[in-house]
Amino acid sequence: MNISGVMQIVIFAIVLTALVKPLGGFMARIYQGERTWLTPVLGPVERGIYRLCGIDANAESTWKRYALAVLLFNFIGFLAVYVIQLAQGVLPLNPQGFAGVEAKSAFNTAVSFASNTNWQGYGGESTMSYFTQMLALNVQNFVSAASGMAVLVALIRGFARRQAQQIGNFTVDMTRSTLYVLLPLSLILALVLVSQGVVQNFSAYQTVDLVEPVTIQTPVQDASGRPILDAAGNAATQAQQITQQTIPMGPAASQVAIKQLGTNGGGFFNVNSAHPLENPTPLTNFLEVLAILLIPAALCYTFGRMVKDTRQGWAVYAAMMIIFLPLTFGVFNAEQAGNPRFETLGVDQVSSVAHSGGNMEGKEVRFGIANSALWASATTAASNGSVNSMHDSYTPLGGLVPMWLMQLGEVVFGGTGSGLYGMLMFAIVAVFIAGLMVGRTPEYLGKKIEAYEVKMASIVLLVPCVVVLVGTAIASAIPAGTGSVANPGAHGFSEILYAFSSAGNNNGSAFGGLSANTPFYNIALGVAMWISRFWLMIPVLAIAGSLAAKRNVAITAGTLPTHTPLFIAMLIGVVLMIGALTFLPSLALGPIVEHLQMIGKG
Amino acid sequence: MSELRPALVSFLLLTVITGGVYPLVVTGVGQAVFSDAANGSLIGEGDRLIGSRLIGQPFSDPKYFFGRPSATAPQPYNGAASSGSNQGPTNPALASAITDRVAALRALDPENKAPVPIDLVTASGSGLDPHISPAAAEYQVPRVARVRERPEAEIRALVEEATEGRTLGILGEPRVNVLLLNLALDGKKAG
Repeated sequence: MNISGVMQIVIFAIVLTALVKPLGGFMARIYQGERTWLTPVLGPVERGIYRLCGIDANAESTWKRYALAVLLFNFIGFLAVYVIQLAQGVLPLNPQGFAGVEAKSAFNTAVSFASNTNWQGYGGESTMSYFTQMLALNVQNFVSAASGMAVLVALIRGFARRQAQQIGNFTVDMTRSTLYVLLPLSLILALVLVSQGVVQNFSAYQTVDLVEPVTIQTPVQDASGRPILDAAGNAATQAQQITQQTIPMGPAASQVAIKQLGTNGGGFFNVNSAHPLENPTPLTNFLEVLAILLIPAALCYTFGRMVKDTRQGWAVYAAMMIIFLPLTFGVFNAEQAGNPRFETLGVDQVSSVAHSGGNMEGKEVRFGIANSALWASATTAASNGSVNSMHDSYTPLGGLVPMWLMQLGEVVFGGTGSGLYGMLMFAIVAVFIAGLMVGRTPEYLGKKIEAYEVKMASIVLLVPCVVVLVGTAIASAIPAGTGSVANPGAHGFSEILYAFSSAGNNNGSAFGGLSANTPFYNIALGVAMWISRFWLMIPVLAIAGSLAAKRNVAITAGTLPTHTPLFIAMLIGVVLMIGALTFLPSLALGPIVEHLQMIGKG
Repeated sequence: MSELRPALVSFLLLTVITGGVYPLVVTGVGQAVFSDAANGSLIGEGDRLIGSRLIGQPFSDPKYFFGRPSATAPQPYNGAASSGSNQGPTNPALASAITDRVAALRALDPENKAPVPIDLVTASGSGLDPHISPAAAEYQVPRVARVRERPEAEIRALVEEATEGRTLGILGEPRVNVLLLNLALDGKKAG
C-alpha cells in the first residue's frame, strides 16, 4: 500500500460519513410526510400520481397487503422489461438496428433489473437499443431501488409503532423514494458526469479514422459462413486492415448516475465503469464510488431518526464501517503486492511516483490500484455490482474479499433499503443470541423479539446461503455449468462461485470470464436472483407487521442497550461468523487454493 | 384486487418520469452546456474525425508511443465491444502473454535493460484505456527519440505536456494520454 492510495480511501470514508446525517435526516422527513425544500416543486407531481392511481396517501395497509403491492409492482416491472427487450427491433430509438433480445437472455435481464441485481449476461453497446436502456432498464434502476427503500421504511415503522395493524402505503413510500431522493440526486450526478465526458445523446455510434491502421488475421469463410481450412487442417486466415474505430454513443450519463445511486450496477457499456465514456476521470470515479454507498449509509441515520434514537442508527453504521474498511485495505494490499508469478518476467510492479505498479491486469491507469480496490470493495459491500476494473483478473485474495462481502448477505451497507433491512435481521439474531447467553427474553428497540421474529429473520439469513451453495454445487457438477468457465483450475471454480454469490445476493458483479449468456446460466441465475430478492422481502414485511402489533416493553436495568460498542461488536461477530462458517469451505476450494498455488506452495 | 390499479398506474407514470423526462432533461442540459463532452470528446482534423480524447487507439509503429495491451475482439481497441482479458492471475496464458509483450518491447529497443512498467504489458479493464503511466511513457522515450531522430529532451517535453497529474493533487493516478501524445509527435493539434 502507498500513502496516496491510503489517503484516497480515508478521504472517501470521511466524505461519506459527513453526508450520512444531512441526507439521512432529509429522507426521514420525506418518509414521515413532512415538507422539505423540494415539496413546492415535486409536491404537485406526487399528488398527481396518487390521484391517477386512485389512492389516498394517508390510507395505510397491513403487512400482507403491503407485500402484495410490492410483488405486484415488481412483477409488472419484470414483464415490461421482458417485453420491451423482445420487441426492441421494431421499437424506436434504435439507431444501431439491434434485433430483439433472445428470450432466455431477456428473462435473465428482466429478473436481474427488477430484483435490483443488474447481473448482465449481455454487452450493452452491442445488444440494447437506446429505447430499451432508457424505458426498460433505467426505469427499473429507479423503481427497484425505491422498492427496497419502501420495504425498509415499512420495517422501521414496525419498530417505531405500538399496537398498530398498518405499516404504511407501498405506492406512497416507493413514489416518494423515487421523486424526492433518487431523482434529484441522479440529476445532479448525471450532469457532473456529462461535464467530465460521460456521453449523453441519441446519436448513432460515431466512426473515426485511426491514426495508425491496424492489421489483424481474420478467419476465412466460404459462401455459407463455414470456416475454410488450410492444408494443415487449421482454420485459414487472411490479413484484414482495420482503418476505423467505432466510438459508442447514447444516453449514458443519466443511466450511470442512477445505476450507482440505486445500488443497481448495470453498465451502459459492456465493461461498466471501467469504460472511459462511463467513468472518464478520477473525479467521476470518486463521485461514482461515493454514490454506491451514499444512500445505504444515510439510511442508517434515517432509521435512527424514525425510531427516535439516532444512536441506534450510528451503531449500525459503525458496525458496517468497521467491517468495510479493513476489508477494503485488504483488497488494496493484495492487489498492490502484484503477482509473484511475474517477478521473473522482467516487469516492474513496485509502486513509485511514476506509476501505481501492482496487479494492473484488468485495471485502468487513471484509477490505479487504490481506486480499483476501493471500488471492488464498495460495489460488493453494497449490492451494487458495477465495476471499474475486472475482478476476474484480481489476485486470489484480492478477489476473495469482494466474493465474501457478497456472501455476508449484502448487509455491509448493502442495497438501497435492502442492505439495512438485512442488517436489522442480523441485529434481531444478535439480540436473540445475547438473550440466550443471559437467559432473558431478547428485546430490540423496545420490542420483545419472540420465536416468530427469530424464525423469519433466520429465513432471511439462510435463503441466500442455500441459493449460493446449491447453485454453485449444481453448476460445478454438470457440463452446462463447467463449460462456461474461462480460466483453468481453482480459478474456474471461483468464477462459478462468484456468479452464484452475486446472483444469490442481488449484487450483479461478475468474474467476467464466465460465459454466462447460456441457457443454463440465464435461467439458473435468473431463478437465484428472483428467490433472493422477493422471498426475503416477504419475511421482512412479516416481521414488520408482527412488531408493529406489539406493545413497547419498559427499559430496565436488565435491558441490553443496542447502541453501545459491546452491541456493535456482537453484531459484527454474528455477521462475520455466519458468513465465515457458511462459506469458508467453498472459498477454500477456490481463491484460497489458488493463492497457495500462486505463491508456489500448492 | 384493489392493488392492481395503483401498481399499474404508478409504474406507467414513473416510467414516463424516470425513463423519459429524466434522460431528456439530462440530454438537453448536457447538450446545451457541455456539448463537446456529451458527444464523446471527439478530435477533428479538417472535416474528418480522427479519434476521441477519452478512447485509446492501437499503436504498433515504433515511432509512436504504445498504449496498454487491449483484449477487445476481433481487433484491439474495438470501441464497439469493450472488454478486458478476464484472465485469472494464475492462468498460464496470462504469464505467456506478458512474456511475449516484454520480448516484443525489448526487441524494438535492445539497449534498454530497465524492467518494463507493469501497465505497459497488462491488458486494461476496458480494452480502451487512453492512458499509460508516466513510467511507461519514460520507458519508451529513448526508442521514439531514436526512431524519429529527435533529441530525447524534446520527446520528454511532449510527454510532459500530455501528462495529467492527480485531480486536486490527490484523486486518481498521474497518467499520459497516448493518442494526444502521438498526435503531438506528428505535429498535430487535438482540436
